[in-house]
Amino acid sequence: MSEQADKLELTPDSFKRVGANDTDAQEKISAPSLTFFQDAIRRLKQNKAAIISFWLLAIIILISIVSIWWTPSDPNAQHVAYANLPPKIGNGIPGFTGQANVGGQLVDKYAQANVPKGTYYILGTDYLGRDLFSRLMKGIALSLLIGMLATLFDLMIGVPYGIISGWRGGHTDTIMQRIIEIISSIPNLVVVILMLLLFTPGLGSIVVAMGITGWITMARLIRAETLTLKTQEYVLAARTIGESPFKIATKHLIPNLSSTIIIQTMFSIPTAIFFEAFLSFIGIGIPAPNASLGTLLSDGQKTFRFLPYQMWYPAAAISIIMIAFNLLADGLRDAFDPKTNN
Amino acid sequence: MGKYILKRVGYMILTLFIIATATFFLMKLMPGSPYANQAKMTTEQINIMNHQYGLDKPTFQQYLIYLGGLLHGDLGTSFQFNNQPVSYLIASRIGPSMQIGLQAIILGTLLGILLGAIAAIRKNSWVDTVATFFAIIGRSIPNFVFAVLLQFFLAFKLHLFPIALWEGFTSSILPTIALAMAPLATTARFMRTEMVDVLNSDYIELARAKGNTPWQTVAKHALRNSLIPVVTIIGPMAVDLMVGSMVVENIFSIPGIGDQFVKSITTNDYSTIMGLTMLYSTMLVVVILIVDILYGLIDPRIRLSGSEGSQS
Amino acid sequence: MEKILDVKNLQINFATFAGQVQAIRDVSFHLNKGETLAIVGESGSGKSVTVRSIMGLLANNAHIVGGEIDFKDQDILSMTDRQIENLRGNDISMIFQDPMTSLDPTMPIGKQVAEPLLIHGQMNKAAAMARAEEVLELVGITNAKNRMKDYPHQFSGGQRQRVVIAMAIVNYPEILIADEPTTALDVTIQAQIIDLMKDLQRKIDTSIIFITHDLGVVAGIADRVAVMYAGKIVEYGTVDEIFYDPKHPYTWGLLNSMPTLDTHSEKLYAIPGTPPNLLDPPDGDAFAPRNPYALAIDHEAMPPFFKVTNTHYAATWLLHPDAPSIEPPAAIQQRQQLYRDLIASGQIGTFPQKETDKNVSN
Repeated sequence: MSEQADKLELTPDSFKRVGANDTDAQEKISAPSLTFFQDAIRRLKQNKAAIISFWLLAIIILISIVSIWWTPSDPNAQHVAYANLPPKIGNGIPGFTGQANVGGQLVDKYAQANVPKGTYYILGTDYLGRDLFSRLMKGIALSLLIGMLATLFDLMIGVPYGIISGWRGGHTDTIMQRIIEIISSIPNLVVVILMLLLFTPGLGSIVVAMGITGWITMARLIRAETLTLKTQEYVLAARTIGESPFKIATKHLIPNLSSTIIIQTMFSIPTAIFFEAFLSFIGIGIPAPNASLGTLLSDGQKTFRFLPYQMWYPAAAISIIMIAFNLLADGLRDAFDPKTNN
Repeated sequence: MGKYILKRVGYMILTLFIIATATFFLMKLMPGSPYANQAKMTTEQINIMNHQYGLDKPTFQQYLIYLGGLLHGDLGTSFQFNNQPVSYLIASRIGPSMQIGLQAIILGTLLGILLGAIAAIRKNSWVDTVATFFAIIGRSIPNFVFAVLLQFFLAFKLHLFPIALWEGFTSSILPTIALAMAPLATTARFMRTEMVDVLNSDYIELARAKGNTPWQTVAKHALRNSLIPVVTIIGPMAVDLMVGSMVVENIFSIPGIGDQFVKSITTNDYSTIMGLTMLYSTMLVVVILIVDILYGLIDPRIRLSGSEGSQS
Repeated sequence: MEKILDVKNLQINFATFAGQVQAIRDVSFHLNKGETLAIVGESGSGKSVTVRSIMGLLANNAHIVGGEIDFKDQDILSMTDRQIENLRGNDISMIFQDPMTSLDPTMPIGKQVAEPLLIHGQMNKAAAMARAEEVLELVGITNAKNRMKDYPHQFSGGQRQRVVIAMAIVNYPEILIADEPTTALDVTIQAQIIDLMKDLQRKIDTSIIFITHDLGVVAGIADRVAVMYAGKIVEYGTVDEIFYDPKHPYTWGLLNSMPTLDTHSEKLYAIPGTPPNLLDPPDGDAFAPRNPYALAIDHEAMPPFFKVTNTHYAATWLLHPDAPSIEPPAAIQQRQQLYRDLIASGQIGTFPQKETDKNVSN
């Protein structure tokens, strides 16, 4: 260690006592402060997979909304003469030529079926000659709708249940948890199937059937979170000054629970979509002739070996939607709860 | 611990009782006739049948008879499948389901643990990316889509495996892989999160400070601590497997209980649906109980204090 | 005295999203055989980073920009991983801050204590377990024989810290690094652990680096003290020199903010301001912005170390011959007066080196 630094130019002025800088100024925080949400969104933006998923889902949702009013052709209209036409775009581009391999030979199915020139089906037609592209649009819309309605159901039961159970504690909590325990030990699949056997199959019964079991996870997460929040100082303070439980719930609990709710919502939508697909696949889902991703997959599977395109596109669609939701949910979870995965 | 297990078994029986009751009355509400060929039967024949199966008795009495039957394993008679007893129907079909289920859960958890552990150790490396990719694919692509793809490419196009039917081990490979995807994804994901947590803990740093090499640290300290919580996800995975088995068995034409369940649903075979519901519920409840007991046995914090959730 | 560890011009940066944080900025110190060196400073001053670099246990985003850490004339920083692993838990051991989280919850403590012996292959399993039991007894775990198979959650916080200490000394290391070993403990347990460490130092003849932010603890255990601020050592000397004749205004502030039995004022002194942002450390003395005694030059140029005695150095321009003489705060003047009296009466040297009860505080 050097004892003297001679290199420095020292003047008598150098040794004038000036004291500390303005310490008040130092106490100011130099970086702009971010709220919890701004910070989470900043972290989310760094997650490329989540952002791509977000835009992908936005586009898919937009297409679904469009499909309410417009599809290229009537998704339920049958043209038996045009059954099982392969995909074709314009006069045929690679992959969408309208030709099929029959016994080792490429055959122009459109010519065979005497489809007028200029008429083509982007994703082909099914065994009843229905336009698969239109059906896929409708199917995605219906599946998303089911996913969202079922999740709404989760929210409406699960969130209040979790908050009440966690907040009240004691006997209320014990009883409510016991109920959850019993419901959750019945395989939810069985409940859903029993429900669907009982009610007439359709959008409403599927959503209700899934809702009956789906809220359990949400309720559990919300309860656990509420238990932690309950002991936080600011909540204790609110209770001490006598704020009403309802006001505490809306002012302190809901905002702090929102990240849990958002993340769980993002996980339940794909779960519900999957479940609908599964139910339709085993034949108790959305009734014919309506299309959902599940019914399209189920129809496609029957002829998959010979007409693979009929399953290819719905399979790709459901996979992409599921992957996008899962990636976005993962991204949100990491963004809201940075300690879990950094 | 003994008292705890006893209490849990008590709850288990209560749960099963509630499920049995609920299923019974739901089935009574079901529309449609229990007989496959009722249209061809005369009223007299129906009355005889009803009498034979006890369906002419008051509902509550039928309920008691049903409960009594359950106690000694009598699940009723299937009216659709050659009037066989449901228990016989299940017994003859449970073998293949169990085989595929066990194979899938073993394959899925082992690979998942491996993948999750490596991903956590090599966090943010390409291994992690690959593992994350598999985990996302595994839980995003529905297993029936996966099953159909496997069937199409590996069996139909490449002829590596039998397309369907149940003819020994080779025909169990594709269904096993299709079923294993979900547990694999779940385990890998869970294992990674747990292991990342454990690797960031003070005792891991202390283990390194003792002179353990990174791999020794993982083998001696990190692995066990992250594996213990993995036991808890066996329950949810069992549910996934049950769901999966229904479609996968159907796609690969495997004579298992999942396939039977789907068939019973499409033919309104209520007594079989009821029997299988009880079977699935019992399996699930028992699995959850075993997992809880197992967890208590392998986690010293629970084992010795005799209560759940002591400090970490 | 024989230097067992010599840290020279250590510089460590951390890569963060915001940029390079200069956590350690040219730190040099040494550790003599058999002595206890206390490194004192507030959170974020770089104490823990410094000792972790000695153990080779820095976080992944840390990189050593320059310097040397010589252990018995061998530079630890240029060792292979294998060589460092051989040192760890063998020649150099570490005691961690939080006993509640530093023990593996799923391994019996006997096995955990014996682990360093087995890793470094000095003995077979039976002998290692016997030694572990012996050491547990030594650190004051009563009935150690029957507790070998117990798990960490069956011990109290103080006992767990004893177990952590047992793990660290089981191999009779030459250097024991204690990173705030008493911070997480109750005051009464703190005193017990300090006594235990002093006792052990005598028994196993080890050198100790003791990291703390608590000057009261330092008085009880250290031979020499180094004061760290913003990634630099600003003053070092014997414990008497630092306590009774501090030269750096930061040390004054630290001593003033420590309550003693003589503290009569109603309000405890707090150093105004906050430590500088080490993403962009100031050119001059990092403490200058908070220093009421700062000279113009303190804001412009980094002060070198000025020698006070052979053992006492401080990095402040106040010690420059041209600097105006400045009156330290009254409490510090009292300390210096006491010190001069002690020297005059010849008590220094025979005066108990480690002042304990007066300053033990939390």
